[in-house]
Amino acid sequence: MSPETPVPDARPDLQEVVLAARNVAKSYGNVHALKGVNFDIHRGQVTTLFGENGAGKSTLMKVLSGVIQPTSGEIILDGQPVSFGNAADARDRGISIIHQELSLAPNMTVRDNIFMGREIRTATGVDFAEEERQTRKLMEDLEEDIDPLTPVEELRLGQQQIVEIARALSVNSRILIMDEPTSALSASEVEVLFKVIRDLTARGVSIVYISHHLEEALTITDHAVVLRDGNMTAYAPRAEIDLEWIVRNMVGENYDLGSPPEGHEMGGVALSIRNLSVPDASGVDLVDGMSLDVRAGEIVCIYGLMGAGRTELLEAIAGRLHATGGEIVLDGREVSHLSIGERIARGLALVPEDRQRDGLVQTMSVGQNLSLASIRNFTRGLFTQTQAERALIDSSIREVTVKTDGPDAPIGSLSGGNQQKVVIGKILATKPRVIMLDEPSRGIDIGAKAEVFRLLAEGAKQGLAVLYSTSEVGECLSVAHRIIVMHKGHISAEFDSTVTKEEIMAASGESVAA
Amino acid sequence: MSDTTITRAASDKQAKKFNIGRLLLEGRAFFALILIIAVFSVMSPNYFTVGNFLIMSSHVAIYGLLSIGMLLVILNGGIDLSVGSILALAGVSAGAMMQGIELQALGVILYPPVWAVVVLTCVLGALVGAVNGVLISIFKVPAFVATLGVMYVARGIALLMTNGLTYNNLSGRAELGNTGFGWLGFNRIAGIPISVLVLAAMAIIAGLMLSRSSFGRWLYASGGNERAAELSGVPTRRVKITVYTLSGILSAIAGLVLSSQLTSAGPTAGTTYELTAIAAVVIGGAALTGGRGTIRGTMLGAFVIGFLSDGLVIIGVSSYWQTVFTGAVIVLAVLMNSLQYGRGTRKS
Repeated sequence: MSPETPVPDARPDLQEVVLAARNVAKSYGNVHALKGVNFDIHRGQVTTLFGENGAGKSTLMKVLSGVIQPTSGEIILDGQPVSFGNAADARDRGISIIHQELSLAPNMTVRDNIFMGREIRTATGVDFAEEERQTRKLMEDLEEDIDPLTPVEELRLGQQQIVEIARALSVNSRILIMDEPTSALSASEVEVLFKVIRDLTARGVSIVYISHHLEEALTITDHAVVLRDGNMTAYAPRAEIDLEWIVRNMVGENYDLGSPPEGHEMGGVALSIRNLSVPDASGVDLVDGMSLDVRAGEIVCIYGLMGAGRTELLEAIAGRLHATGGEIVLDGREVSHLSIGERIARGLALVPEDRQRDGLVQTMSVGQNLSLASIRNFTRGLFTQTQAERALIDSSIREVTVKTDGPDAPIGSLSGGNQQKVVIGKILATKPRVIMLDEPSRGIDIGAKAEVFRLLAEGAKQGLAVLYSTSEVGECLSVAHRIIVMHKGHISAEFDSTVTKEEIMAASGESVAA
Repeated sequence: MSDTTITRAASDKQAKKFNIGRLLLEGRAFFALILIIAVFSVMSPNYFTVGNFLIMSSHVAIYGLLSIGMLLVILNGGIDLSVGSILALAGVSAGAMMQGIELQALGVILYPPVWAVVVLTCVLGALVGAVNGVLISIFKVPAFVATLGVMYVARGIALLMTNGLTYNNLSGRAELGNTGFGWLGFNRIAGIPISVLVLAAMAIIAGLMLSRSSFGRWLYASGGNERAAELSGVPTRRVKITVYTLSGILSAIAGLVLSSQLTSAGPTAGTTYELTAIAAVVIGGAALTGGRGTIRGTMLGAFVIGFLSDGLVIIGVSSYWQTVFTGAVIVLAVLMNSLQYGRGTRKS
């Protein structure tokens, strides 16, 4: 931590601060999500929390709303230390949260979702008429034309987010935490939401706001707090700050993840995407006619916000998602019709974004996870060759520097960073020509991040074509030779490695109100 | 760095303390079997004899064969409720073939030799199993529902084929060249019943497949995390269809062995055997959520159930009590499974 890091008063000002966190820490095993954070929520004002993915924003908000309990530290409500047993406990004290991930029951109606768990009861059961009246009123306030009896699954994502917001408003909270409330909203819906926020603050409600849309957040906030790697790095009132201040504090100064590898010969085009489109379940194109080339030995970074279509693009190239149009050409041969396994055999493989869900088999050992994708290569006749497999596992563990008790250790015993290295090692063991990594640094610490990027740089020097995506701008300016910015399924800009963070952010739509 | 060394040292100490408990927990099916044999040997002089063990083992063979197939399906994260019905359908089909297949158009009756009956019955089992697999993997019907449906359909067809009656004469006739069906159920090689040898052979083949072949690895991976397996290039659909097909074949083999032992084939044979097979797999330490389990454990589970119920018969306990004991053993086994796997699970 730099010496000029501000420290809020040990005892928060009762008049000014409604809810405060003091030295709050939260650890999951060896992973420290929060390392002693101080945070003030100002009474009747909007306090915005800035920070990159994995900085600890969501964890802090979950602590403040009682969803999780801190490992250590204190929460002070109206000058009194409190501890919340659960979210309902916090809700009873007037604190409610709108989660980043929607927590609605899609099979139930808007009305039932809004009153879920606190139905209006009468002697004869639930008073549906009153619930419906209140829901209608809420929708009017939010200027949204949604019938209270519509099942939530029939609403589009933005409308579902409105329902989520309405639910939080309906409990008349004193403190309302909004974790990325606008990620699926249209520009006009954002306008309405901001109007509602101003109404609320005028009535004395305190708001905590989290958003990746920095400029959008700046228009609504009264105070800014920046988190980085589980620490609070800066805080200031709105009048004293600007966009540049936020970015500087979010990203940090000494954030060295390496530089683009040089001195090797770049080969021909290894992967070529032409006019690729990927629709979602309802037929809307999440990736809309994208074209892209990656040369052997080249590292290309795709930067974009949540919902820009990065994951869909990479999963379609890997064969997990079905592309409706366009070509995927690997070393001059069309591979669109091949299965995932056949694409891996040809040398095209993906390291998925969510390693718990898509990357690792939790019931298997470190070694078995490492050899899973390449098991065909050491199968002779009916049986696998134990010796060859062992040799591969041992060399993989060395190559990607996995810290483990041995190949037979359960995969769950590893830290997040080492688990990620196992997923990368598994893909590297298939000897790919093109490796794709979706947010390779998600949820791993800075040291492991640097090692992951070092692996990519080494691979590129040996002729591997690398395509990785990220939502952290600092990671674009590490080993990538070329940076492609994605926005709503399109390429919105393309830069070489001399670009600045601000230019990338501007192109991603981050600083332009969507 | 010093942090990790400290925690590792601490956990080493813990590991030593819990070593005996850990050993008992992991070898629970084995110790349960030893305990059952010891208790019944004390209570009845007839229990601990080679002859009795061989008889009990030939009973276990039926459940054992079914539970091998069930283990494969459960490792994949599924369930197969149709094994008992496939067993009956296989037995009845074999019985029908032994009586002769009348081709009315040609005006002849075919009496296939026993080896052909065995092969055709296994093919039938494979087909029914493949129907399960296709329903589940391609049409995305939940395994419980798909195999429940096939359970009814297969049982119904078996009843239709015989009109509810039982084929009592499976011995064939020498002049037709189709004798020898009783070989599976009655003959012995070196004193060991053929049925036990069949079980042993199947267990060894399945064990090698699980531990040494890439198909085995694919099965464990797709049961542990299907999405991750798919992204690693594992042909998860093919794996799924294959395990249900194998389960069908093993059920058909069990049907052949059973009708050979009984020298009759009835359409109601094997009712509720699917539940016994599931119980054997669970007692053997497999996780119903998929990805965990071994052939060795499942075989121990099958022997625990078989030796327990036969032992209770030998000492003369009412069959109603047998049901209670079997149930208690299953609940205890599941309890210990959650002890073994529950603690290790991390928040994902």
